[in-house]
Amino acid sequence: MKYFSAGHGACPGCGLPIAVKNVLQVLDGKCFVVNSTGCLEIISSQYGKSAWGVPYIHSLFENAAPVAAGIEAALKALGRKDEGHVVVFAGDGATADIGFGCLSGVMDRNHDIIYICLDNEAYQNTGHQQSGLTPLGEATTTTPVGKMMPGKLKNKKDMVSIAVAHGIPYVATSSSGFPADIRRKVKRALEFEGTKYIQIHSPCVTGWGVDGKGGVIAAKLAVETGLYPLVEFEYGKLTRVRKIKDRKPVEEYLKMQRRFRHLFKHPMGKQIIEELQRIADENTRRYGLDVKRK
Amino acid sequence: MMKVVRGFYSVAHAVKTCKPNVISAYPITPQTEIVENLAAMYANGELENCVYITAESEFSAASILVGASAAGARTFTATCSQGLILMSEVLINAAGMRLPIVLVNTNRALSAPLSIWNDHQDSMFMRDAGIIQVYVENNQEAHDLIPQAYKIAENSKVLLPFMVCMDGFKLTHAYEPVNLHTQEMIDEFLPPYEPVAKLSVEKPLTFGAYAPPHIYMEFRVALQNAMERARKVIEDVFKEWAEFTKRDWSGHIAAENVDGAETAVVTMGSITSLVRDVIEELRKEGKKVGLIKLRTFRPFPNDEIKKALEDVNKVIVIERAVSFGNEGQVAIEIKNALYGGNNEIYSFAVGLGGRDVPRELIVKIIDNVMKGKVKQGFYFEGVHEFREVIP
Amino acid sequence: MIEITIGAISKPMEAKKIKTGDWGTEYPVVDIEKCSGCKSCEMFCPDLCVEVVKENRKKYAVFNYDYCKGCGVCAFVCPEDAIKMEMKEIYKLEVE
Repeated sequence: MKYFSAGHGACPGCGLPIAVKNVLQVLDGKCFVVNSTGCLEIISSQYGKSAWGVPYIHSLFENAAPVAAGIEAALKALGRKDEGHVVVFAGDGATADIGFGCLSGVMDRNHDIIYICLDNEAYQNTGHQQSGLTPLGEATTTTPVGKMMPGKLKNKKDMVSIAVAHGIPYVATSSSGFPADIRRKVKRALEFEGTKYIQIHSPCVTGWGVDGKGGVIAAKLAVETGLYPLVEFEYGKLTRVRKIKDRKPVEEYLKMQRRFRHLFKHPMGKQIIEELQRIADENTRRYGLDVKRK
Repeated sequence: MMKVVRGFYSVAHAVKTCKPNVISAYPITPQTEIVENLAAMYANGELENCVYITAESEFSAASILVGASAAGARTFTATCSQGLILMSEVLINAAGMRLPIVLVNTNRALSAPLSIWNDHQDSMFMRDAGIIQVYVENNQEAHDLIPQAYKIAENSKVLLPFMVCMDGFKLTHAYEPVNLHTQEMIDEFLPPYEPVAKLSVEKPLTFGAYAPPHIYMEFRVALQNAMERARKVIEDVFKEWAEFTKRDWSGHIAAENVDGAETAVVTMGSITSLVRDVIEELRKEGKKVGLIKLRTFRPFPNDEIKKALEDVNKVIVIERAVSFGNEGQVAIEIKNALYGGNNEIYSFAVGLGGRDVPRELIVKIIDNVMKGKVKQGFYFEGVHEFREVIP
Repeated sequence: MIEITIGAISKPMEAKKIKTGDWGTEYPVVDIEKCSGCKSCEMFCPDLCVEVVKENRKKYAVFNYDYCKGCGVCAFVCPEDAIKMEMKEIYKLEVE
């Protein structure tokens, strides 16, 4: 591929390059990539060792969205709008926490960009600290498991609803466990003018505590348990979901990852597993994920 | 064409003639009217090839310009005080990425306590960032500096952000007669922006790479080198403008009657006018006093200061900020420039938070120094005596 | 005397210089007969080191061991079960 190079520093089995290369392929390299500080940026943009074959800019941690807005504005002002699409790759911390305000401003002004949140559910690059998109019960280094605490006590921020509430034309979730889904959604997003928000669940083998292939396995299970619903909203209306045949219980997803395994031993663990199952059930109900049996 | 206009209008008008491509705006007193005027011009279709963005914070406003500048656009924003500090992370990043963003800083005090009034604390805070800083004395100078700022910043030997510093309210809101630029004039003086490198699909580049220890330091030295090269570029552009318009604002410093002076006063910004007036009176009385108007603060004109003040016995620095835990920043830099010399240096911080600086205060300051009534040191002047209590 | 770029702007695709192939303890081996050329492995491989090629009307996956980190995702996603992860010789322990 001439848009993203092998030789980058991602961990074996990392979900980030799976998402990135599929996005770039759909765009056929006709894009300007804005990347916030984080794992993707660090593994791909060392001076003299860039893995990017498309125009790329990394500014700071929290400003990928407005930097993208600036590029979009410049292209418009300079009559270069057809040169390429402006795409943001930002982690969950950069999106839901430190960059939240800036992202809201960009969505509010509906700049014509595709904002892709690569959600590996924590600040992984700095060693696995909790973020706004870390799920309930996860052990991170800032929500560790101890005698008093069973890991994170609050569930993920609902970025999808927040994005939809801004009135942008296209909001979707996808997963590195389903790259064909990523491609379809990016292709669909291109049909809209305005801010498109796609949140891609991206496994982190090191942070989640799985082996090389375990990331993709976990990502698929996240979808198949209903914990990470794959949905699509167009102009605020739910238009499509990925239905689940034979939905799996959340335990299957949780027990295969070190970040959740403590829940099976900790005194508060059972409560949390039940709550996570309830969340999965609620997602399923809310988005109509279960395939109805005749 | 001469018109009596307010400072903020003269800035907006100058920016318009420079044909920016992306303007980002966020309101903060007392620069708000600058971006409001630009918005009105934009709404009227007076800004061609321009996109005007109402950002949701100064941080965002600056970030928008980083993206725009990297994509090859000429950019502009205005801010001050809390807004400048909020965008400091981005501006420092822009300096490292060598993006020639031009911004007007309408000098205002820093919180806390909150103050919307004028002093130099905000831009002093940014002096380490790698951003060019030039201070103006009046609205004509501000109006004139804007096209020069673009020419200097966009010069391939420089490529640094440029901060035009003008005193908030005192200049921004004052009515002054200004000879307004015509579009033809600026079209002749300022060519379109030709970036040395930009984000383009045709020639993909990676901007904002990270640099491990084996290479980072060279980039910071390169930034320093750019600042050093900027000295000559700034001087040349100042001279070019003087020839072009017949309005000569002098160079990095404007030295007035310093040759043969026993005492010289160094000031920056709009207070220079008042100090000049006082010094003229003193000279009529036969006193040997001179004035140094410091224009370029970054890169700091060490050589020019040394040359001008070498043989001056007493140097009085009148400044509008303080580096807490030490003294006024201008004095610190002047002392550094004069190191090894025999000068007596007295520094006075006045007018913080827009505190009025009456003529009598300047007279008193200069008089006390000339008559040996104060020792060398750093003093706040024009302050009530107070004691601190718990409410 | 070294050369550095203005503002640390980097040239594209220079990561190719870094051969990450020595990272993994395992490496994928494809059974060409079983391979249907579906490109699942190609779509998933995080290290962009597998490509489906066509030779005499037969499509099959070819790995670039210069970059393969041995994650095993390809073997897992292959619908034909055509990929097996083998341990590299240097990691095989001699048990006496």
